[in-house]
Amino acid sequence: MSFHPVMDYGAGHHQSARELPEEGPAFSFTPANVAKLEEICSRYPAEHRKSAIIAALYLAQGQQGYITRAAMRAVAAAIRCTTAEVEDIVYFYTMFYTRPVGKHIVQVCRTLSCALMGAERVTEELSKALNLKPGETDAAKEFTLIEVECLGACDRAPVVGVNDEWHECQRPEDAQKLVDGLRARGAASLTGCHLKVAGE
Amino acid sequence: MEPILTKYVKQPGAATLEFYTKTGGYDALKKALTMTPDAVVEQVKQSGLRGRGGAGFPTGMKWQFVDKKSPKPKYICCNADESEPGTFKDHVLMERNPHLVFEGCLIACHAIGAKVAYIYIRGEFYHVQLVLERELAKARAAGFIGKNIFGTGFDCEIYVHRGAGAYEAGEETALIESLEGKKAQPRLKPPFPAVAGLYGCPTAVNNVETLCNVPFIIANGPEAFAKLGPEKNGGPKLYCLSGHVNKPGVYETSMHTTVRELIYDPKFGGGIRGGHQLKCVIPGGSSVPVLLPEQLDIPASFDGVAGAGSMLGSAGMIVMDETTCMVWAAQNLLYFYKHESCGKCTPCREGGDWLHKLLMKVESGHGEMRDLDLLLSVANNIAGKTLCAFGDAAATPVLTTVKTFRAEYEAHIREGRCTVPSSWRASRPVLAAH
Repeated sequence: MSFHPVMDYGAGHHQSARELPEEGPAFSFTPANVAKLEEICSRYPAEHRKSAIIAALYLAQGQQGYITRAAMRAVAAAIRCTTAEVEDIVYFYTMFYTRPVGKHIVQVCRTLSCALMGAERVTEELSKALNLKPGETDAAKEFTLIEVECLGACDRAPVVGVNDEWHECQRPEDAQKLVDGLRARGAASLTGCHLKVAGE
Repeated sequence: MEPILTKYVKQPGAATLEFYTKTGGYDALKKALTMTPDAVVEQVKQSGLRGRGGAGFPTGMKWQFVDKKSPKPKYICCNADESEPGTFKDHVLMERNPHLVFEGCLIACHAIGAKVAYIYIRGEFYHVQLVLERELAKARAAGFIGKNIFGTGFDCEIYVHRGAGAYEAGEETALIESLEGKKAQPRLKPPFPAVAGLYGCPTAVNNVETLCNVPFIIANGPEAFAKLGPEKNGGPKLYCLSGHVNKPGVYETSMHTTVRELIYDPKFGGGIRGGHQLKCVIPGGSSVPVLLPEQLDIPASFDGVAGAGSMLGSAGMIVMDETTCMVWAAQNLLYFYKHESCGKCTPCREGGDWLHKLLMKVESGHGEMRDLDLLLSVANNIAGKTLCAFGDAAATPVLTTVKTFRAEYEAHIREGRCTVPSSWRASRPVLAAH
């Protein structure tokens, strides 16, 4: 029985609908990442090593592209917590991927300020140019197209994030140009954040 | 008003330590360290500085509540998880004036007796994090951060902590949970963070812009700060204009400025794009009621906007012209809230999804008149019934648009289609529903 008399709970949250993560190949952190993680852990009180769990997952994702069960166990061992605690974090935060993603993860901001400036059309056109629906990755693992919530650059709407870089004021008609640019020159073809000053 | 926090942001090199120290940077810290912590808190209290993150709570009071007698360590958490739709002011401050953020953190640490400040930055601001870490290393090397700062015996460290994509982490107790390596879900209050925050220790969580105001207060005195704005709304304020304005961007001015000036003045927004008419503006991020064109002649201050029945919130002003369908706009925002709900409280977790479904039904032309009452009923069952303000925020777009634009909802239902279609929207409304 739902808390509202005429509305039923959705089935979307049910455990049966959950996709389990892949086991993936054997995973261990590279020595450089082990050292980096230890440095990050030292920023927190020794008994609160768990604070570094997000950082550890970023390192794992950077190493392998996405998070597998093997990677979660490695993170749990490094953080000294349970795998369940790691899984909790992986599924809660949106920036961790549990499926292989493309080399370029194209993230279109879909929230109001960008949507008012045509973000929905940008998604449509990128979807056409890449032949991908939002949420999909191409077979060659070159591109992943996703919609994301407010990226915090609403004055440069519509904003498209590509991996950790930004591309600002993307027009729907330039979708093909964005894709071609990424294919040819990678992140160098993006505008980046307009606040960035070269040489600083 | 001359910009204070963003005075140099457009100049090349403004983000560097050399530039900052040349323009009087870290002088306020030096002065603060000659004062007792209580005197610093007193100055901030007298200035009337109110939190810039959204709630507008007096910062001095927040610091005063920190349990200084506790034997546990104290912490400052700088809330840089700027995720409120339409808000991008902290982004500018961190990227172009990072040392001001550090100086604010250091003074705050001195005021509450903390030795560590964590800057919790959202995961999507990776390029900003790189700037912060580069400048932190320089400040540390120059002795502004670390042990025995200015030879006063004051030790303080600042660390940047990267989040990973969770709007809810902007709520102060959820931010603390996330910093502790857990899901960003809010805690039951009390106890407030001032008593039991990060790692169960007394903690103050302050927004980036809030902390950036502190050095000015210390350097120029609380009176100079207070007289920059209306009573109880002192100091400079950053406004973020986005949507259908000619000149979207971040503008710093006093809270005497009216909402109309911000939208229409050539110094600020410069009017509505392409000769269109203003339909409404959301004055404080996505979580607050809309203002109509006839309600704009109010000071864009915490109290001024509250007087018009809305909230200044994060001062993220989203401007919409007459080509905007309000059912679509509400639907867009409810998708955001349904997606970002942390799932802890049932009304918000389930209700957000219901509201979005109902809005999609109306927007796609399949609505019935009774759906309007159902929307209100569900929204009212979320507002005020959750641990944090997220529930109220999620209910607001529905409550405010149904109240203000009921005729538009009814037209959708009567005609069985969206009555305000726009070329800038997706050709198929289902796109957003995946």
